[in-house]
This record gives sequence, structure tokens and C-alpha cells, in this order.
Amino acid sequence: MTSKLKAVSLWDGPILRNAVVQAFAKLHPRAVMRNPVMFVVAVGSVLTTALWLRDLLARPAWAEPAWFTGSVTLWLWFTVLFANFAEAVAEGRGRAQADTLRKMRKETMARRLVEGREEQVPSSVLRKGDMVVVEAGQVIPGDGEITEGIASVDESAITGESAPVIRESGGDRSAVTGGTRVLSDRIVVRITSNPGESFLDRMITLVEGARRQKTPNELALHILLVGLTMIFLVACVSLVPLAAYSGVTLGATVVVALLVCLIPTTIGGLLSAIGIAGMDRLIRKNIVATSGRAVEAAGDVDIILLDKTGTITLGNRMAAEFIPLRGVAQERLTDAAVLSSTADDTPEGRSVLALADSRYGTPPRADGNNGVTFIPFSAHTRMSGADVGSRQVRKGAVDAVIQASGVRDVTVLEEARSIARRIGDDGGTPLAVSDNGQLLGIIHLKDTVKSGMKERFDRFRAMGIRTVMITGDNPNTAAAIAREAGVDDFLAQATPETKMQRIKDEQARGRLVAMTGDGTNDAPALAQADVGVAMNSGTQAAKEAGNMVDLDSNPTKLLEVVEIGKQLLMTRGCLTTFSIANDVAKYFAILPALFVVAFPEIAPLNVMGLASPRSAILAAVIFNALIIILLIPLALRGVAYRPLGAAALLRRSLLIYGVGGVVAPFAGIKLLDLALSALGLV
Amino acid sequence: MSTQGWLQILVYCAVLLALTPPVGRYLHRVFASPEAPLGRLGAVTERALLRACGVSPAEQTWRQYAGALLTFSAVSVLYTYLLQRVQVQLPLNPAGLGNVEPSSAFNTAASFVTNTNWQGYSGESTMGYLVQMAALGWNNFTSAAVGLAVAVALARGLTRPAPAGDAPATLGNFWVDLLRGIFFVLLPACVVYALALVSQGVLQNLDAYVELTTLEGAQQVLAMGPVASQEAIKMLGTNGGGFFNANSAHPFENPNGVTNFLQMLSIFVMPAGLTYAYGLMAGNTRHGWAILASMGLLFLLGVGVSYAAEAQASPAFAGLAVAEDGGNMEGKEVRFGIANSALFATVTTDASCGAVNSMHDSFSALGGLVPMVNIQLGEVIFGGVGAGLMGMLIMVLLSVFLAGLMVGRTPEYLGKKIEPRDIKLVTLYILIFPLVILAFTGWAAVAEYGVSSLNNAGPHGLSELLYAYSSAAGNNGSAFAGLSANTLFYNVTLGVAVLAGRFWLIIPALAVAGTMARKKTVPPSPGTFPTDGALFTVLLTGVVVIVGALTFFPALALGPLVEHFLGAAGKVF
Repeated sequence: MTSKLKAVSLWDGPILRNAVVQAFAKLHPRAVMRNPVMFVVAVGSVLTTALWLRDLLARPAWAEPAWFTGSVTLWLWFTVLFANFAEAVAEGRGRAQADTLRKMRKETMARRLVEGREEQVPSSVLRKGDMVVVEAGQVIPGDGEITEGIASVDESAITGESAPVIRESGGDRSAVTGGTRVLSDRIVVRITSNPGESFLDRMITLVEGARRQKTPNELALHILLVGLTMIFLVACVSLVPLAAYSGVTLGATVVVALLVCLIPTTIGGLLSAIGIAGMDRLIRKNIVATSGRAVEAAGDVDIILLDKTGTITLGNRMAAEFIPLRGVAQERLTDAAVLSSTADDTPEGRSVLALADSRYGTPPRADGNNGVTFIPFSAHTRMSGADVGSRQVRKGAVDAVIQASGVRDVTVLEEARSIARRIGDDGGTPLAVSDNGQLLGIIHLKDTVKSGMKERFDRFRAMGIRTVMITGDNPNTAAAIAREAGVDDFLAQATPETKMQRIKDEQARGRLVAMTGDGTNDAPALAQADVGVAMNSGTQAAKEAGNMVDLDSNPTKLLEVVEIGKQLLMTRGCLTTFSIANDVAKYFAILPALFVVAFPEIAPLNVMGLASPRSAILAAVIFNALIIILLIPLALRGVAYRPLGAAALLRRSLLIYGVGGVVAPFAGIKLLDLALSALGLV
Repeated sequence: MSTQGWLQILVYCAVLLALTPPVGRYLHRVFASPEAPLGRLGAVTERALLRACGVSPAEQTWRQYAGALLTFSAVSVLYTYLLQRVQVQLPLNPAGLGNVEPSSAFNTAASFVTNTNWQGYSGESTMGYLVQMAALGWNNFTSAAVGLAVAVALARGLTRPAPAGDAPATLGNFWVDLLRGIFFVLLPACVVYALALVSQGVLQNLDAYVELTTLEGAQQVLAMGPVASQEAIKMLGTNGGGFFNANSAHPFENPNGVTNFLQMLSIFVMPAGLTYAYGLMAGNTRHGWAILASMGLLFLLGVGVSYAAEAQASPAFAGLAVAEDGGNMEGKEVRFGIANSALFATVTTDASCGAVNSMHDSFSALGGLVPMVNIQLGEVIFGGVGAGLMGMLIMVLLSVFLAGLMVGRTPEYLGKKIEPRDIKLVTLYILIFPLVILAFTGWAAVAEYGVSSLNNAGPHGLSELLYAYSSAAGNNGSAFAGLSANTLFYNVTLGVAVLAGRFWLIIPALAVAGTMARKKTVPPSPGTFPTDGALFTVLLTGVVVIVGALTFFPALALGPLVEHFLGAAGKVF
């Protein structure tokens, strides 16, 4: 876990060794019964095994030779084992991740605060609501929220990011994760999860696939595969009387061989491995999902709402200039700006103080916050400020400050608005400053768009996903930044209500909405969105509202989530197509073999020119088993997704897996037949 | 094969394509609008009819719709059965035909109510005029109208927006659909059509059978009857039950090339028009054309193989001093020839009609394979009136499901998501069909009472069995004719197959309509797989072929395929 989660190679030795053991353990009837397709294979294997044993003891004259029944039986068992093995490998890889995670969950001692006194307790007894003290060098005992203090925290255990991050009380950077280490200072943390429900616990359950539920699409496909299995069962069983009519006695061995070759064992054997591997891929990208359903939904997303701050722009809007209105002295504006920001520990507030000091020569107040009542920013008033005695200083959105100050002078309003417009048009954010109801001037906050965003949004567009930027900025500012970043649309002057409304509107039109967010005020919207990705750096409320958490706190990670969601479906769809297309060649291998003795004239149907009926059947059964093993890497990696249009994507998939699925087994079965003949096995 | 033969096939296709949009537009007007067509006259007629029948025209949920449909069909079966059983007491029976034997009466009742029109009996020697008109003729109209109703109900479920709030999702009203299908579509069309047939020499009378002495001096009885009126609905309603045993090969049913062309055209015109009407309902006529293109592709493939196979001389003539340049003429009418017989056979089996103008039993092995495969693909190549579109839409759902997975998006059709419940019903639909056919064929093939009815030995006999049950479950009704099916065993099992092939498919289809109607519609995005292009047509065709072929290939291999190879080696049956 030095850099992200360990990349487990596809053919990791210990995992494979364990998977071999697991493959046999999964032969337990209860385990086999969970997969109806493989259950049919297992029942067939039991049947042929019984026949083989009978033949070893006393073979009836009409029965197939014992070596043939034995070989078919062996490969039928291999088919079941290979499918078990595929699932075991996928689970093993997940478990490897889980073990690494579990090591981090090792018991630590926590310093719990009880009525002001500290007591030492093991971290496992901490409950929701407990307060703990953590100091430099100590490990944070559980998920929680800082209520007091500021600290630099090493979160590399979770995120793989080696640079320490700042966590502080209040605001949107207050959440800490159990298992991370405090590097400096002292903080008081309120624990927000009970034992077994922590973030790490949830993540471990997920990768282990223990409580994996089938997603809707997986369930639908599962039903179809069961249906196909039943159809082939009918086709094969009814072949016995039809053959009897034609004077051909079909033994159970060959009927079972035909049945197993026809039912969709390839996809049936790999289906659960595909699902588990998809989760595993997600974790590898440092995203924790609360359910597989959420990942699948991500593949269907039509529209993505992205917070501007921290996502599209670098986030920390920095004060760049104080612009006084006509007739207001620069010093007065600066002084009011400093006063309004003294107790404001948002990055904007701090940047105002820094600018006042460095550029306008006004150092922070000597007596700090004494006598100052801080009025925190709220999404409703869209202002913050401070009261000193009867003096009320406010800074905030221009409209909001004008309205609150009650200024009526048209020339003043006009001037303030024109400055604000100019700043907005440049993509900046204007903050008006008022002092006891007098409008003093405007603070210019600058915002910088992150590099590489345009390319990401282009990729979303190619997938057919629209991006909407959400910002509290005024429409002018929003438009300027949206243009620069290349998003499709924006929602300006957003409040929690308007965000929520926008999501509901889109959903009412039948669209699936994804959203990223980190603040507490994002929580309702994250919960309403079909896919809500919370940033690990965000507040606990946000993390609980969403259905995924991005450990790297990189909001454009949604791109990867969407791709993984799509890959999951595509892998299932393509392997299903491949599996069914394979049946064509298997028919041409097995059917002539069944009837050529009674009707030598049908030899031309043996288009592959297989050596003998028995080698044909055996080759088909072996191919059917081996193809599962050969496709395990594809099932674990997933089919490559390309952001093409749906039609182009389908054409590609149909060519590779449909046409390829028809052609490949002809070659494969022929080669196996040649090998069997060359080895003299038939 | 001749240029002239291919030209006739091409002209047929061209006329059909030209008729599709106007017929589709009219069907759309009839079924997609709350008001009856034909202005005030239509509205008054519909109100009077509804009042006379005492039914409410209120919208129905899928359960109510299916309930009404099943009730109506059950009553129809009972009524048709009873009428046959008391025929002696009924008027209009100049030939004095006796009451029909119970198992045969059940078989016929089931077969006509389900639009199958499998005939285990011989018309002219079993059914009096009243039974022909009041029981069989009645069913010809109602069973086709029921098919239309199911298709439009399914189409409504797929294309309607979700109901507002908690309102139940409805599919229309069965009684309204039934009455409109009969009185605004089938009845007026049949009046005109029957007159056209009469003008070409098709019989229409209630006379007693005519006894006459032939030129050779032999005595012959000529069966008479109200043929033209029956003939019109037999074709237009894809019923296929002939007035006479020889069906459309009989000169009184199908006297010349013109009537033959009209008959083939009238089989396809409604199913083709329905695809266009469906396109209009879905708000995308290109989607309707894409479905029609898929049907057309499979149809042309069938005609091509059938025509090519029949144009070859029969292997039975190999080495004999007989010139068979004209191809395999056994069982074909000289006035129609090879091309029109192959075309008719393909059309009638594609469309679940079952009328024949030549004996499919006498087709070459591969030529006989085509009609059988057409039926086994699920009667979706045009298919029966309504039932064909229903089957094809189920295949569309399956195709779209696979396509959705392959493009990495939860499958959706016309903006509605396809969910596990829908796939469950679709799977049920595609499972029942082969189950019925293969289970009964397997049973008949090893039972003494099954095999004893076969006229031919070897693989050809097996083909006859497979064909009979395919035809029954596919509600086609045509026969390979080598099978003496008027026995207790065949009457009952074929009757059951016919009922299962109709109602076991209609119920899941209506259930799908019910669940789809409830779903919200998502606007298409670039990530949505388009259902109106060539790629969709190819995919749909592929799914139809794969689902059908994989299921029936083993059985076909033992029947027609083995026979073909044996024939090539000089063994005939």
C-alpha cells in the first residue's frame, strides 16, 4: 500500500494455488447449486461418472467403451472445476486487497474523553458519538469528525498519496478516517461509526465479495442463461426418442456431452467472476462503492453534476484585488475586508487577510478575534462577516450584500454592479463588502481552471454524457468558467435547494444523474442523485449520503467509475454472445458424430473433417472446458471500453465476439481433434 | 430457376412494399386513436356494437385485457365444439354430414379459435355449410381480430408513456380492439376481396353437391359451397383453413394465377402493414421498416432456398428416362408452376397462414426444410395477423437486451429499461415454443399409436411428425400431409399444442406489455443503441435465426437433413 492498493498480477502464485484448492471446495452441492448452468454440468458429470464406474465393473455390450466415458467424465468435471477456479481467482484477488486493508485495522489504543477526563480504551470499543484525543504520531482510532483543532494527517494508508493533508474543525475538511496517522498538532475527534461499520470494514466486505448481491442486469442475464439451459435440455432430451425412431440408440454419455457443450457454460462459469472482478477494479482505482448496483448505474449515467470548486477549478479562490467604490478610501475597504475575514477560516477568508498584508500593508488585527462575533457563511444568506460591538461588517455575493445593506443610491449600485460584472466576465468572483449598511467596494477572487479538464469533458461527451458545472457564482462568472473548462452546461448561484431541484428535474425527464460533492450542504443532493460520489476529504455527512467514496478525492474519477460500470455490462454481453455463437461449431462437431454410424451418407456434415465420432465429441467437450480457462483473464480485466457511439461499439463487439465466436471453435475443435489423434488417445 | 420465376417473386415483393404504408396508416388510425375510424358513421356503429355486446370500453390493465381475451377464446372453443357435435340437427347441411367425432371436434375447435386452422378432417366430407360459416367462418374473423388486438396491446405497452402518479398502466380495451378489428378492418376488406375472387371463378353458393359423369364415363361428385367468402378471410386473417381438403390447390378455391397472386398478397399484407403501424405508434417509422427488413431478409432467404431446391429434379427420377427439366413437379399444380409453389409455400409458412397451393410433403428434402424452419423460427417472419408482430417484438426485446449489454448500458427499448422481470417473461416465451414441439414430437416418434399414422418411413416420416407439431404450436396449420392425423392421439396432442402455442405465448407477451407500460421513458442519448438502422436489422435477424436454429437443429438434422443426404445418395422415401 505504498502507492495505492497493490496491483495484483493476473497470475499471482499464492492466489492461484489457493484458487485451485477453492475450486474443489466449491464442488459442495450447496455452492454448485447457486449457479444453475454449472449445476446442470455437475449433475451430468455425476451421471457419467456412475456410468463409467458401471462400465469398469461390467460393461454392457452396447455401451460406449470405458475409456471414452472416462475421458468425457474427466473433462466434464474439469468444466465445473474451471468455472469454480475462475470465481475463486476473482475472490482471491479481492481477498488479497481485503487482507492488506485488514492489517491497517489493527487494534490501537484510543484516548477517550469522558467528562473532560481522558481514559485509555481499545479502539474496538469506541461507539458513535465518543470523543477521542489524537496527538502527533498517533493513529486515529476510528472514522470521525474533528471538533477541535487542526492537524496534518498522513492518509497514505488509504489514498496512497504520500503528501500529508490538513484536517481541521469546521468547514468541509473536518472528516478523518480510522487508520490514518496524525503527523502534527492535537485534535479532538468525534467518532461517527460503530465498530464493524467503519469505512475500512465496509470496504473489506465489499472486496471479499461476501455480501455481493446480484445487480439488476446480472440478474436479468442470469435468468436468460437459465432459460437457454432449459431450452437446450429440452432439445437434447427430446433427441433421444427422435434418434430411437431413426434406429440410433443414444447413450447418456453422448447426450450429456452434447448438452454441456450447448448450454452457455462459458458465460455461466465466468459470470460471478466478472462481477467480483469489476468491484476489484473499482477498489484498485481507490473508489469504494457501497453496492454493485451503484457501479452498474454509473455505466448508465446520462448527466454529471460537478462542483466547480475543487473539481473544475483549483478550488481555493484567492483574493486578487480590493476595488473600492468611488469616494471610498482604499484603507477603509481593506480594513473592513480584514475585519470581516478575521475569524473566517475558509481559504477565501484567509486569502483576504494574506492579500491585505502583502499588498495593502494592513497586517491582521493585533488582538485577534477578541470582541469579534463571527457571522459564518450560509448558503441562504450567501454572506459572512463579523460584528464588533454595534459595527456590522459583511462580505459576500454582490446581490446578497446589496440587498442586506439596503443601499438605494442608484449610482452606487450601478458602479458596484458594473465592477462585479467585469470581474465575473473574466471568470473571477466578486465579493461585495459593506460596513454598517454602506457599500465600500468589491473583492476580486480569482479562480483557476485545472489543466486537462477539457480533455476529460470531451471524453464524457464521446460517451454520450453531459456535464453540468454547479457553482455559487453568478451566471456571468459561471458562463466564463464553463466556457474555459468546456462543460456542457452550468448551474449558477446554486443553493442546496436549486441543486436538488436540478437533479429532480433531470430525473423526471428519465435521466440518470451522477454527482460529486464533498460539503455537508451537498449531502441531500448526493443522496438524491442516482450515483453520488463523495470525496474522502469531504465531510462525514457527504460520505454517508453518497453511494461511493473516492479515496483520492479526485472528482473527475467519475470517468473511471462510468467506464468500469460499462465494462462490466460489456464483458457480460460479449461473453454471452461468444458463448452462444460457439454452439454452431459444436453442433457441427457432435451431431454428425452421433448419427454417422447409422447414416454414413451424412458425412459431408462433418465439415471440420474430424477424425472419428469419439474424437469429435471429446474435442468439443475439451474445447468447451478449456475456453473457460482461456477467458479468465478477459473476465477479470474486462472487455476494453472505447468511447464510441453505441452503434459503432456494437458493430465492433458483434464482429469480435459474435463472428469470432462462430469461427474460433471450428479452429479450436479441429486442433484438439488433431492433437487427440496424434497422441493416439482416440 | 428461371428469370420469369424470379420476376414473379420480385413483382410480389414490390406490390407488397407499396401496400405496406397505406395499410399501416389505416391500421394505425383504427387502433391508435380513441375514436373509431370513418367519422360519425364509425363512431355511431362502434357505440351501437358496444351497447349490443354489453361491454364497457374502459381502459384495461394487462390482467384485465388477458382475462377478457381468455374468456372470449374459451367461449369460442366451446361454441365451435358444440356446433360440430350437433351438426345433424342443424340446417344448411345438404350433403347430410354426420356429427363430428369428439376428439376431432375438440381439435378443430382449438385449431380454429387459435388462428391455426390445422385440419385433421376433410372439409367437404365433414363440415356442413352452417358449421363452415357460423363456426369456422366466425372463428376465422375473431381469431384474426384477437391476434390484431394482442399486437396492438403489446405495441401500446411498449410505446405508451408511463401513467401519471399511481394510475394503473393500461393497454387499451380488448372488446373495443376486437370489434374494431372485425368491423373496421377484416369485414369490409373481405367483402371486396371475396367479390374479386368470385369474379375470377371461385365458388360462392349453398347448392347441394353436383354428381356428374366425366368424359371417361366415371361418376364424380363435385363439392359445392360458399367458398369465396371463406377464402377471403382464410387468407387475410392468415387462418389457412381450406374449404376443401385440397385447400388452395383446389381449382374452386384458387382457380388461376390472378387469384393465386391475390391470395399470397393477402396473407402478407396485414402483417406487413402492422410493422408500419407499429413504427407510427413508436414515433419512428424507420424502426417499423427495420423490423420489416428483418422479416423480408428471412423471407427472401426462404424463397431462394425453396425455389432453388424445387427447381432441381427429384432424386427419385435419377437414372430414369424421364425428362424433369421443369424441376420437382410432384404435388404441384401445373397452373402455378415451381416458382409460385415455392413462393406460396414460403409465404404461407412464414405467416402462420397454413393455406397451401401444393403439397409440402412432396417437396424435396431441402424444399420441405424451408417451410418447417420458417415455422420453427417462431412464426415471426411476417407471422400470423398480430401474432407475428407479437413474436417479433419479443425477439426485438431479446436483441435489444443483448445489444444493451454489449454497448455497456442497461438495455432499454424505446427509452424504457428492460429489467429482470421482462427478461423472465421473454425467456418464458422462447422456452414454451420448443418445449411443446419437441416434447410431443419425441413422444409421437416412439409411441406405437404415433408411428402407425405415418405414411412414410425413415427420416421423411420423422419430418412429417416434426412438421405437424411445429405447425400446431406455431399456429400455422399447414400439414406435411403424409400424416393421418385424425386419430385420438393426434387430435388431442395437436389440440393441446395448438392451445399452448397460442395462449402460453400471448399471456407472457401481454405481461411484458403490462410491465413495460408502467416504465418511464428515457430520452435517447448517443450511448443508446439505435433501433432503426441496418445494424439493428442484422442483429434482430441473427437473434431470430440463432434462437430458432440452435433449438431445432438436432431434430432437423435427423429429419430433412438426413433425408437430403440419403436422397443425394439415391435413397428415397
